[in-house]
Amino acid sequence: MSEIKIHTKNLDLYYGDVYALKKVGMDIYRHNVTALIGPSGCGKSTYLKTLNRMNDTVAGVKITGDVFLDGEDVYGKGVDVTILRKKIGMVFQSPNPFPMSIYDNVTYGPRMHGVKKRIVLDEIVEKSLQDAAIWDEVKDRLKKPALSLSGGQQQRLCIARALATQPEVLLMDEPTSALDPISTTKIEELVSQLKRKYSIVIVTHNMQQAARISDYTAFFLLGELIENKKTQAIFSAPKDSRTEDYITGRFG
Amino acid sequence: MVDVLANNRKITDKKNRPFEKIFYSAIFIVAGLVLAMVIYFIAVILIRGLPAVTWSFLTTAPNPIKKTIGIFPSIVNTLYIIVFTLIICVPIGVGGAIYLNEYAKNKKFVRVIEFATETLSGIPSILYGVFGYVVFCLMFGLKVSLLAGIFTLTIMVLPIMIRTSQEALRSVPKSYREGALGMGATKWYMVRTILLPSSLGGILTGIILSIGRMVSESAALLLVAGGSAMYMPKGSILDQLSGSGSTLSVELYRYAYSRGDNQTAFGIAAVLIIIVILLNLLTRYIAERLNKK
Amino acid sequence: MTDNISIIGSNKSKNAVEKSMNIIFFVCGLAAVVCVICMTVYMIISGWPAIAKIGVFRFLFGQVWSPENSEFGIFPMILASFIATFSAIFLALPVGVLVAVFLAKLTPKRVSAPFRTLIDLLAGIPSVVYGLLGAILIVPLIFKLQTAAGLPQGGSLLAAVIILVIMILPTIISVSETAIRAVPKQYEDASLALGSTKLQSIFRATVPAAKSGIVAGMVLGVGRAIGEAMAVMMVAGNAAIMPEFLKPVRLLTASIPIEWAYSSGLHREALYGIGLVLFIFIMIINISLNTVLKKGGELRG
Repeated sequence: MSEIKIHTKNLDLYYGDVYALKKVGMDIYRHNVTALIGPSGCGKSTYLKTLNRMNDTVAGVKITGDVFLDGEDVYGKGVDVTILRKKIGMVFQSPNPFPMSIYDNVTYGPRMHGVKKRIVLDEIVEKSLQDAAIWDEVKDRLKKPALSLSGGQQQRLCIARALATQPEVLLMDEPTSALDPISTTKIEELVSQLKRKYSIVIVTHNMQQAARISDYTAFFLLGELIENKKTQAIFSAPKDSRTEDYITGRFG
Repeated sequence: MVDVLANNRKITDKKNRPFEKIFYSAIFIVAGLVLAMVIYFIAVILIRGLPAVTWSFLTTAPNPIKKTIGIFPSIVNTLYIIVFTLIICVPIGVGGAIYLNEYAKNKKFVRVIEFATETLSGIPSILYGVFGYVVFCLMFGLKVSLLAGIFTLTIMVLPIMIRTSQEALRSVPKSYREGALGMGATKWYMVRTILLPSSLGGILTGIILSIGRMVSESAALLLVAGGSAMYMPKGSILDQLSGSGSTLSVELYRYAYSRGDNQTAFGIAAVLIIIVILLNLLTRYIAERLNKK
Repeated sequence: MTDNISIIGSNKSKNAVEKSMNIIFFVCGLAAVVCVICMTVYMIISGWPAIAKIGVFRFLFGQVWSPENSEFGIFPMILASFIATFSAIFLALPVGVLVAVFLAKLTPKRVSAPFRTLIDLLAGIPSVVYGLLGAILIVPLIFKLQTAAGLPQGGSLLAAVIILVIMILPTIISVSETAIRAVPKQYEDASLALGSTKLQSIFRATVPAAKSGIVAGMVLGVGRAIGEAMAVMMVAGNAAIMPEFLKPVRLLTASIPIEWAYSSGLHREALYGIGLVLFIFIMIINISLNTVLKKGGELRG
C-alpha cells in the first residue's frame, strides 16, 4: 500500500439543518486515482469540496471532524486557504475558463502566487499545456480567447490551469459530465497519465469510468461512506449489499 | 350541458366582433399618438433650437456689452460636476456593489442596504437640493458652490452606480469565482482580476446613466450650486470649484423662466437633447457589444 | 515537486490586504445607508422648527400662504400636488399599459425596438426641457378654455397635469412592458386554446398576471410625479391658491425653488418644512413600493 496523502476522520457537514456528510472517514493515497461514486445528492461532491475548503464559500455550512493533508490539519488554526488550494488544485464539473486568452488562463495561478518573469511563465505555460495534453492543439494560438475553444479543449485547458500552480493533489468534480464521448476518453487517458505526478480524487456518476481509471473507489450514499477499497475489489466483490445494488444498477 | 355552448357553428363562420376591432384600433391609435408626440417634441426642440447653436454660442461667455450670448461657462461647469462627481461616486458605488454581491454574509444587512439604495433613488431632486444646501452649503461651510453640487450629486447618482454595478457583477458566472478561488486566489485578487474586468461593460453603462442624470439635473443644483453662469470659473481648480455656477440645465431654466429668452433656452435644449441622444446611443452600443460576448 | 510547503499561513501582509479590502467594501456598502439616515435626520432637523413655530395644524391645513404676512399654510399646495399627481396617474396608466401591450404583444421586433428607443429618449429628456416645451406648446393650448371660462390666460393645473402625464409615461410603459413580457406565454396559449381571441387572451390572462409589475410602475410614477419640481413650476402659474384645473396653482415641490432665492428667517425655514412634508410623502410611497415589489417578486424600473 502506498503513502497516505489525505486523511479524513469523523467528518460531519451540515448545510443549515441538512446533515450532508455523516462521520466520513477515508484515506486518499499518494499518486493514485481515487474515484468517488454514488447517486446524485449522496455527498460525494460535498466531500470533495471539504478537502480544499471550497465549502467555506457556501453560507451556513458547519463542518466538524478531521481532514489532514500530509499530517497537517486542513481546518486547523492559522491555515491559509490560498496555500491549501494552491497545493490542492480543482477541476470543475463544467469547463470554466476565464474570459481571457489561453495564455492568461494558464498563467493566472502562477502570477497570483508571485511569478512575474516572462521566461518562467512561458515555460510553465508550455509544460502545463503539455501535461494536460492540449499543447499541440493550442500552441499556435495562445493569445486567442479561451472561450473560443471547444468544450473538451476548454476542460483540458482548465486542467492545465490547475496544474500550472504546481499542486500535489488534483480534485476533479465530474470533469467529463458536460463533454462528448471523444473528449471524455481524452480526459480519462489524461487522468491515467497525471497520477504519476499527482494524487487525484475524481467524482463521477459514471461507474464504468470509475472502473476504468481509478485505483480506489469509494461509494457514498445519503451522506455516508458505505464502502471504500481497491477498485477491482469493490467492483468484483462488494461487501455491502447497497454497494452491490448500486453497482449492478438496481438504483441510482 | 347548456345550449349556449352547443357546437352549431361552422368553423368557417366568422363571428363579428365590433368591440374587438374598436379596441384594436384604440391601441394602435394610442401608440401612434405617443410616438407622434415624442417625434414632435424632438423636432420642435431641434428646429427651434439649432439655429441658435453657433460656434460662438458654444465657446464664449455671455457678453452684455456686445450683447452676445454664450453658454461656454455652463458647459465647463457641467463637465466639472460630471467629472468630479464620478471620481467620488464610481469607487463608492462599485465598492458597495462588490460588498453586496461578494462579501456580505448577513442577508438582513444586504436587504437594509438595498432598501436604502432604492429609497435614495426614489427621493426627488428638489429634496436633494434642500438636504445638500443644509448639510454641504451651511454645515460644511461650502456655501453655494460647484463643490456642494458635486457632493449632492454624488449621493443622487450613488444608487444608479450601485444598481448597475450589482447587475454587472451578478451576470458574471459563478464558475469564474469558483475557478479562481479553487486555485488559491484570495477574494480581493479574484475580484480584481476576474470580476472587475468581466463587469466593466456594465459599470460603464452605469457611468453613462449617471452622466445622463447629472446633465438633466436642475432642481438640486439650482439650490446648492447656483443659478447663473455669466463668467468663466477663475483661479485654481479648487477656487473654481468653490465658486458658484450653473450647469446647462439650470442655465436653460434661467433663460426660459427668469429672463423669458426662449430663443437661447431652445438653443440650450437642443444641445441637451443631442447629449441625451448620444448617451442613449452609447449605452445601446455597449449593450450590443456585451451581448455579442 | 515541492511537498514541503506548509499550509499554515505565514504571509501577514496578504491577510492584512484582504481584511482591509473587506472593510473598505463594507464602508462603501454602508454609504447608502448612512446617506438615507443623514437625509432623514437633517430633513427633520431643518424642517421641524418652522412647523413647530407655525403649528402643525396651521402649517398643514392653513389655506393662506403669504410670507409677507407670516402666513404659512400649505394646504392649497398639498391639495394641488395630490390632484396633479393622481390625475396624471389616472391618465397615464391606461395609455401606458396600452402602449406596453402594443410593444410587448402586438408588434414585431423591428417596430417595437425603435419605438422603445424613442420611449427611452423620452425618459432621458431633462425636466427643464419638458418645462420649456410645456410653456411654449401646452400652456397656450389651454388659453381658449380659460377665455371661455372667463379666466385670465396663463399657467394652470391642467397644463401641469399634461406635462406630468408625458413625464411619467416612459416609467409606466417600460415597467409594465417588462412585467407583461415576464408572464409565461403558456397563460396566453391556454386562453387561446379555449377559443378566446388574441386580445381577450392578452387582457384576461396576461395583463392580470402582470398586475403587480404594473402596480409597481404606477407607484414609481406617483413618486416621480409628486417629486417633480422644475417642469411643473414652469407651466403651473404658481399662485398659492386652492387648486382648480384652469387656474394657476402652486405645487409643493415648486414652492421651494420659486421662493428660495429671496427667502430668509422663518420664511426659509417654512420652505425646509415643505421639504420635510414632501420627504414624508416620498418615504410612504417608497415603503409601499417595496411592499408591492416584495409581493410580486423582483422587478425594478
